Amino acid sequence: MSEKRALARHPDGDTGKPKSAAHTSAADASLEVLPRRDQASGLQASRERQVSVAPTITAERDLRLDLFRGIALWLIFLDHIPTNIVNWITIRNYGFSDATEIFIFISGYTAAFVYSKAMHERGLMVAGARILRRAWQIYVAHIFLFAIYMAEIAYVQSSSINPVFAEEMGALDFMQHPDETIIQALLLKFKPVHMDVLPLYIVLLLFFPPILWLLQRTATAALGLSVLVYALNWHFGLNLKSYPTGEWYFNPLAWQLLFVFGAWCAIGGAQRLSRVLRSPATTAIAMSFLALSFVVTLTWHFPRLAYYIPRWLGEWMYPIDKTNLDVLRFAHFLALAAITVRFVPSNWPYLKSPILRPAILCGQHSLEIFCLGVFLAFAGHFVMVEFYPGVAMQVLVSVVGVGTMIGIATLISWYKAMERGSGPPKRPLDADLAGGQV
Amino acid sequence: MRTVVAAFLVVLASVCGTRAEPSEACAAPVVLGDFPLERVSVAVAKGGPLKIVVFGTTSSTLGGSDGARDAYPWRLEATLKRLIPGTPVEVVSLAKPRVTADKMVKTFDRVLADEKPTLVIWQTGTFDAMLGVNPGEFLNSLTGGVEKMKSAGVDVILVNMQYNPRTELMVANEAYADNMRWVARERQVPLFDRLSLMRTWNDTGVIDLYAATKDITIAKRLHDCIGRALASLIIDAGRLNALESKTPR
Repeated sequence: MSEKRALARHPDGDTGKPKSAAHTSAADASLEVLPRRDQASGLQASRERQVSVAPTITAERDLRLDLFRGIALWLIFLDHIPTNIVNWITIRNYGFSDATEIFIFISGYTAAFVYSKAMHERGLMVAGARILRRAWQIYVAHIFLFAIYMAEIAYVQSSSINPVFAEEMGALDFMQHPDETIIQALLLKFKPVHMDVLPLYIVLLLFFPPILWLLQRTATAALGLSVLVYALNWHFGLNLKSYPTGEWYFNPLAWQLLFVFGAWCAIGGAQRLSRVLRSPATTAIAMSFLALSFVVTLTWHFPRLAYYIPRWLGEWMYPIDKTNLDVLRFAHFLALAAITVRFVPSNWPYLKSPILRPAILCGQHSLEIFCLGVFLAFAGHFVMVEFYPGVAMQVLVSVVGVGTMIGIATLISWYKAMERGSGPPKRPLDADLAGGQV
Repeated sequence: MRTVVAAFLVVLASVCGTRAEPSEACAAPVVLGDFPLERVSVAVAKGGPLKIVVFGTTSSTLGGSDGARDAYPWRLEATLKRLIPGTPVEVVSLAKPRVTADKMVKTFDRVLADEKPTLVIWQTGTFDAMLGVNPGEFLNSLTGGVEKMKSAGVDVILVNMQYNPRTELMVANEAYADNMRWVARERQVPLFDRLSLMRTWNDTGVIDLYAATKDITIAKRLHDCIGRALASLIIDAGRLNALESKTPR
């Protein structure tokens, strides 16, 4: 455990170069749980500290979280480009769940990881204030993205008249009454397509302080409460309202299950599950479920195959409801996670390899990189539709987009390392989308 | 992604021999599943009349002075009249702007009683997707509507939304299109997959859907293609003996 930490902090000795930023940043995140003075002190002190403090924290930051969150961010970006041959590689084509589940789960995990220390030492009020502050940052980021989106829509509306699409352009009617639209957007009721994740995140964080409090006292009760809310929602079908009509695309009452489950795993749950996860039976069940869902997904891509799905199975299974986090989606995520944990241990040597560093870097700055991904998807789609349609352009936009995400993540890491390098840290460290600041 | 699927369907269909000459630019496979239109068969065998009602929204209509003559319901009527000349064919379009599936279903009883159609072409999904109607409720409306027509002894063809590269980032069609595919398969009615079809036409250069223009030429061509493809579907699924090639030029 502390061995890994040591590696995370001093990977290869060249800490001054941007290239090592991933490691530096990973260490930051784990340092988040430590008192400030430890940051300047040596490795040994860190090690001792790690052992002696924070019984609620089960381990140091797990690079797997950053890795898979980074990959999820790439996949979300690719999936957000509507017509893109490259998004054939994303997991939503091969099973029930998609990158959103991974993202929300890991975010819950890291949120608990980061804030439980503060809550443990300084109480509900301080930790709660930090969590709410993080929610505010995400809100600001969301509104910024909304402004960019409106700019694109305004352009599309004025430039693309075609009688074929008289009806579809009605989807842009909201541009006719900006008064109402902008207010509704500020209230998180008007949310353009693909801009649903951050509002979900904000709501989850708003309710996180009491949940974290409960998790620290009786983790099982907190998880049980979460499952109960999910089940009740299943029954009653409650959801937040959207503007002008409809409801939230990601129902917070349903999706909280993944977030709280992630937090529960961070606060000892993962350890409690480890025996189950190691058992061959779990692996076998997870594998079979993944295989089954792969077969079902195939029938979506080749509609003619759908006629081989037995009617009773289809009736039971469909619709697979993303809004309310269908049980099948949750189960598929669990199966994926079980297999991943089984074959990618936390001391997996490749976690330190340069090949995976770009994904880890992106995962460590998830708020920035998520927002960038949403913007790049808008921009890429815009370029493809207005100027250069075609498969080559889809590939180019995808590659350039992921490259830009990596480049910006590297830059942010470098900047943060540099800021810290000059004198004692004046401003707190951050743990990104999940985390707030100390 | 859709491109690949559409290309696959094209290949599949041509292998299965369901489609005509390659010179027919906008001919394309449009049917999912091989569900017969039994009432249509019976009506045509008896010598007609074949009355078709189109339920839909704005995308089943065309603006302009000749809008009525150029929109796909009338292109369908003209094509059918030419292909099955012995049968009186009448197509009535009841397309109205901004109507959800749920609202349309509420008018079914009255329209079925008034018009007594043999076949209903039900175009829907677009406005529901634009409004963000709960996909589960949309599914229920669809199922309810199809059941209502089937129990009234009317054949049904479902028509899904248009493919519009520009509004893909503004309207999330996927869930609604998936639900329509599912209902079509589960209730055993043909689905005219306008979404995939238009994507194929766009990708293969048959119809340029990227064009920004006020001119109605492209729209007319599109509706003509849709009308003819629908006629072809009705002749196939109704097991009708067409006079000539099912997709005349």
